[in-house]
This record gives sequence, structure tokens and C-alpha cells, in this order.
Amino acid sequence: MAQKTAKTSVKITPSKEQPQQPDRRDFLTTVFGMFAGVGAVAAVLPFVRSLSPSRDVAAQATTEVDLSDIAEGSSKTVMWRGKPIFILHRNAEQIAAAKRDDGAASLLDPQNDADRVKKEKWLVVSAICTHLGCVPGKGGQHGGWLCPCHGSQFDTSGRLRRGPAASNLEVPPYEFLNDTTIRIG
Amino acid sequence: MKMKKDRGPSPDILKDPAGWVDYRLPFKWLVNDHLIDYPTPKNLSYMWNFGSLAGVALLLQIVTGLFLAMHYKGDVTLAFDSIQHIMRNVQGGWLIRNMHMVGASFFFIVVYIHMFRGLYYGSYKSPREILWGLGVIILLLMMATAFMGYVLPWGQMSYWGATVITNLLSVIPLVGDDIVIWLWGGYSVGDPTLTRFYALHFVLPFVIAAVTMLHLVALHTHGSNNPKGIDLKKETDFIPFHPYYTMKDIFGLGVYLMPFLFMVFYLPDALGHPDNYIPADPLVTPAHIVPEWYFLPFYAILRAIPSKELGVLAMFASILILFILPLLDRSKVRSASYRPIYQQMFWIFAVNALVLGWCGAQPAEGIYVIIARVCTFVYFAFFLSLPLVSRIEKPRPLPKGI
Ligand code: HEM
Ligand code: FES
Repeated sequence: MAQKTAKTSVKITPSKEQPQQPDRRDFLTTVFGMFAGVGAVAAVLPFVRSLSPSRDVAAQATTEVDLSDIAEGSSKTVMWRGKPIFILHRNAEQIAAAKRDDGAASLLDPQNDADRVKKEKWLVVSAICTHLGCVPGKGGQHGGWLCPCHGSQFDTSGRLRRGPAASNLEVPPYEFLNDTTIRIG
Repeated sequence: MKMKKDRGPSPDILKDPAGWVDYRLPFKWLVNDHLIDYPTPKNLSYMWNFGSLAGVALLLQIVTGLFLAMHYKGDVTLAFDSIQHIMRNVQGGWLIRNMHMVGASFFFIVVYIHMFRGLYYGSYKSPREILWGLGVIILLLMMATAFMGYVLPWGQMSYWGATVITNLLSVIPLVGDDIVIWLWGGYSVGDPTLTRFYALHFVLPFVIAAVTMLHLVALHTHGSNNPKGIDLKKETDFIPFHPYYTMKDIFGLGVYLMPFLFMVFYLPDALGHPDNYIPADPLVTPAHIVPEWYFLPFYAILRAIPSKELGVLAMFASILILFILPLLDRSKVRSASYRPIYQQMFWIFAVNALVLGWCGAQPAEGIYVIIARVCTFVYFAFFLSLPLVSRIEKPRPLPKGI
């Protein structure tokens, strides 16, 4: 303490009874600490960012798909951003089933079929189970998909019908370029 | 401030080379005080062998891993084939890889026994709480290392195990999905994921080695606990580490190496999954995904709970709760041998952990889920009832000495 007061000559020397006032050195220590902290965070950021998807990966963000070879009632799996997408060419029966269930109580994440498709013949959904990311296969009790990992089931609109997943198969952003081509992304 | 100890003049390098070195680097203190003359309780059983076995297992993983790294390629187009290359073309490559694979499993067996030893004899209690906490950190690091190592062969189980486990983090509110993408370095598990897992799998064992050093500093501050769990005061309660425990540990190592080498030579794949010999395919999920056996109890807890968020939370909690075990157990008596209630709880807990592991390997449906739920309850009940149990339990009389 004696050392400290000796150096801070501007300050009135505190008597023993007075509570210790923050002096110039404490101030400098705080400022130094704050600058060092901000600097450390700034130095870490590029490292954190380097782990994010790189520019070329982010650039592969769209995929064009030719639909003409998908027979009615069957589906095709395409890759978009390294992830599979189901494209189901729905037949009348599948469309009817999807619409019939619109208000069904067994929908765990209620949504109307019309809000999930652009043209009712074509269902385009992510093939990634919304539970923990497995790829569901054809099956289950709703004419759609069954996830092999923990048993989630999805219907002909890709809607969740049985857990443990908590939401419907995602609909990726896509648009029809013409009647037989879509662009995903 | 204390001044440095005055060490006097340096011994002459020609007359006393060892003394000359020791004057500059106190290896005699390190070797003699911590490995040779180190006073060790004379009543330690073979349950105290597993710490040094864990050290050997870690060393073996580092050595075999280093040599594997000289042939392995951390690139999605090459990884799977480079493993085949190691197994078929690299001279002795199969042996090195089998040792690394079986070695990982045996490392976990050893550490789990080591931990149950601590649980039974109350080694986590004062003054060894930090020693225990460092052990839990080692366990977490081991799990991360093993998980990422299993991704490297880039087989079906590698790929889908990585997908399911990394997706666990998506339950984090708001930023979960972004964190997962950041972790992957892409929009799915892919090449950037494999490469970074390789880098981390290479470096984490050295972090484990460093934490183990702290673990040993903490151990040597108060010395080993013992099967009676009482504080030893008399000089005659101790024997020097060398030759008594060096010999005992080496004998134990010999016994350990027998089943280990048997597995390496005759059953290298028994603890793995055949699907991992199918190259990773992002379009096809195998019908039945199971993690490595040493994760099964925790996997069972994850699946026992119907909600995704709570399941993930329970799984992490089941490991993290070990950190606060020293706070939960208020009993002053260490060894379960003198604690009538805790002793029974311990055995229930141990059997329960095995049943949980078995559940984790079954499909998540029907009766298996019910059993897993009961076991998950028992698992947490063990910890959460300890504050009460340690208050009402009447310990058996403790021995005066050993
Ligand atoms: C790489 C892994 C590990 C290594 C190399 C290691 C090494 C050791 C060694 C050499 C000892 C002294 C010998 C013995 O008491 O058996 C020891 C003691 C101990 N370890 Fe570990 N350990 C590891 C992991 C763990 C884990 C995961 C835990 C618990 C969560 C743990 C908890 C303890 C405790 C409580 C002691 C004191 C035991 C006593 O003296 O009664 N260790 N460790
Ligand atoms: S990942 Fe599909 S049910 Fe778990």
C-alpha cells in the first residue's frame, strides 16, 4: 500500500480510516483489462468464423432439378446443399389423402397441405428427419415416410404423424422454372 | 514474496553429472518423490490398479494413433479407402488399427471401473473433490475424442452417428440450428466436418494427458484414498511406491494385456458395428443406428424421454451431475463398506447402469422404452437422494487403523 500511495502523488493521501478510493492505478488496470478483453474477443472471432461454411460451400446454395423422369406416385431424392430432398410426384390418391387429413387431430404440427406445396402434384420436402437428422424411408401408417432411427412417421404431405420428432419435414425454398423444372434454394 | 531456495554452488559436471543436471532440473524430486519413495497406503487393493492402467491405455492410443495418422487421409473421398489401405497394404497396419480400435474400448472399460472404484470408496470426498472433478473432465474429453475418432473411417455408422449426435445441439434455443451448421462447416456432415474432427481427434488426447497431469498433482497433494476410506496418520501405514506398487501395477498390466491382445488378434470387430464397413452414404440411413457401447447408457437416457429437448438435457445432466456428487453426498464416511444404505445404493446403481447400457442397444420401442425410463429414474434418484441418505444413515463403526 505504501508503495501505491507514493506513486499516486496527485491524490490526497487516504488516512487509514477512510475507505480505499479507487486510484489512478486501479483505473488504468481496469481500462487495460477491458481493452485486453475486447482484443481477445476480436482475435478469437476470425477463428470462430473460419469454421462456418466456406464461401464455395455457401455458393452451392441452389440446385436445378428436372422433374420429367419422375413417374406419378413415385419420388426422387436429389441433393441440395449436401442434404437430400424428396420430390414426390403425387397421384390423385396421395393428394386426396393429404387434403383429407388437413384438420386431423393426429397432426402433431398442424398445417394444411395447400401451404406445403406450390403445385399439388409435386411435394418437395427436405429428406432430413426433424428429430435428429436421419433420412426417413418409405413406410409408416400414413402412406409417407418412416424414420429408421427413432421411428418418426410422416404422411403424403411430409407432415409429422408420430414422434419423437417435433415438426413436419421442412419445405425448402424452391420455384418452378417451367412445368418440368424446379430450382431449389 | 518468498525468495528462491538457495541451492548453493552447482556440482561439478564431470565429477557428478547427475547432480549437475539435478541442480538445473530437479528430476530426482520428480522421479524419487513421486514414483519411488512416494508413500502409498499399504492396504491398496487391485481396484487401485486402474489409474495406472488408464495411463497406459492413453499412451497406447497416442502411439497407435500417431502411426495411423501417417497413412490415414482426412478427406471424404479418400478416408474410407485409406482405412482399407491401412488394413490390407500397410505392413502391420491391421495390427496398429486393431490396437487403436480395441484400445479405445478397453480405455473406457478401465476408466469406468476406475470411476466406480472412486464411487464405492468415496474417493470423491474431501479433500479429493477437485481430483474427482478433473476426472470427470477427463471423461468428457475422452467421450469427445472417441466420438470424433469413430467418424474418421467414414463408414455408414460414422456418418449417421455424427449426424445424430451433432444434431443434438439443435435443441439449443434460438441459435441451435446455426450452431450445428457452424459445427459442420456446411449444411450437412461433410468434408469440412471430417477434416476438423480429424484435427480435434489428433489434439484432444494431448489435452487429456495435460489434464491427467493436474489429476496426478491433485492426487499427490493428499495421497491415495484406501479401501477403508479412513485418514492414515501412522508412518507404518505406508509403503514406498517402488518396488511394491510398481510391481503390483506391472503385474496388473500383464493381466490386462491378455484379454486386450486376445481381442486385438481374434475379435477386433466384436465391439464395433459391421455397418461401418459400408462407405458413408448421405442418402441412406442404416435401419438401426447404435453408438459405440461405451455411450449406450447415456444414449438410453436420451431416448427414454419422449421430448427431444428434455431428452438431450437429461443425457448431458447424467454426466454433469458427477461434478456435484461431492456436494450431494454429505456423509463424512468415505468407504461404502461402512455405510449400510449407501453400499446397497451403490450396487443398485451399478446394475442399473448396465441395464441402461443394454436398453441403449435395443430398438426404442415398447417394453425397452419402459425399462429405460425406470432405469433413468433410478439413475437420477441415486444422486438426488444422497443428501437425505447421508443425513439419516447410521454408519458402521470405523476401524481405528489398517
Ligand atoms: C485418462 C484417464 C485417467 C487417468 C490416466 C487417470 C489416472 C489416475 C491415476 C494414475 C490415479 C492413481 C491410481 C489409482 O488410484 O488408481 C488416479 C486416481 C484417481 N482418479 Fe483417475 N485417471 C483417469 C480418469 C479418471 C476419471 C474419469 C475419474 C472420475 C470421474 C477419475 C477419478 C480419480 C480419483 C477420484 C482418483 C483418486 C483415487 C484414490 O486415491 O482413491 N480418474 N487416476
Ligand atoms: S432422427 Fe428420425 S426419429 Fe430420430
